[in-house]
Amino acid sequence: MLPDRSAAVFAALGDTTRLALLRRLSADGPLSITRLSEGTGVTRQAITRHLRALGRAGLVRDARRGRERVFALDVKRIEKARQYLDDVAAQWDAAALRLKAFVEPQT
Amino acid sequence: MTTKTDEAQARSSTDRIEKRLELRAPRARVWRAIASANEFGAWFGMKLEGAFAARATIRGRLTIPGYDHLTLDLHVEQIEPERYFSYRWHPYAIDPKVDYSAEPTTLVEFHLAEIADGTAVTIIESGFDRIPLARRAEAYRMNDGGWAGQAKNLARYVA
Repeated sequence: MLPDRSAAVFAALGDTTRLALLRRLSADGPLSITRLSEGTGVTRQAITRHLRALGRAGLVRDARRGRERVFALDVKRIEKARQYLDDVAAQWDAAALRLKAFVEPQT
Repeated sequence: MTTKTDEAQARSSTDRIEKRLELRAPRARVWRAIASANEFGAWFGMKLEGAFAARATIRGRLTIPGYDHLTLDLHVEQIEPERYFSYRWHPYAIDPKVDYSAEPTTLVEFHLAEIADGTAVTIIESGFDRIPLARRAEAYRMNDGGWAGQAKNLARYVA
């Protein structure tokens, strides 16, 4: 992945509308732009623009379904970010155990 | 369009790690294990050159088997005796060929509090959202199974 693309990932995640779109796609996707704009109070044009940003970040993919275009999460990309954090967390778990063994009196 | 609270909430899921542990040891003992560079290195798995001082950088060499060729810099931010200790570093800086110095750092914080039969320590590492995703993916790949696997080896090694 190119660095400018990862910048796009973080830009994409730093916006509430886009996060809402990701949440919606995660729960109900794949969905069309029409479905994604319903009840949001955000225009189709704005939704399209947000989806494009998510697409550039590699977080969302689109495909044709009949006459409409549907959008879905790119789970792999999102998984990767998760996996990293899980990994760092596991590292701290291990370090915490070592700290515990280090300071607690042996019984 | 983005409010501060929403942003903080959105970030919290991917931006930080928080661990709380309860230790059966007096606060002064736990504090020493964290704030003395020597003792910190002993349980963390690195050899640090010198002592921790606020706003000073200290270099450490990992003593973890397989990672002992790596050095890393800890930039100490704040020291509040027996209460709070924090530093910044480059997480996952495991490729000796890469210069990480220009990349964003994460903040590691230790909060200490007295509890009934010992000390509660909360460890928080935050700022991951600013670490390039490319770097995260690469670190994972390089690590062949990641830190999770390594952590298990480590637990065996120190046991």
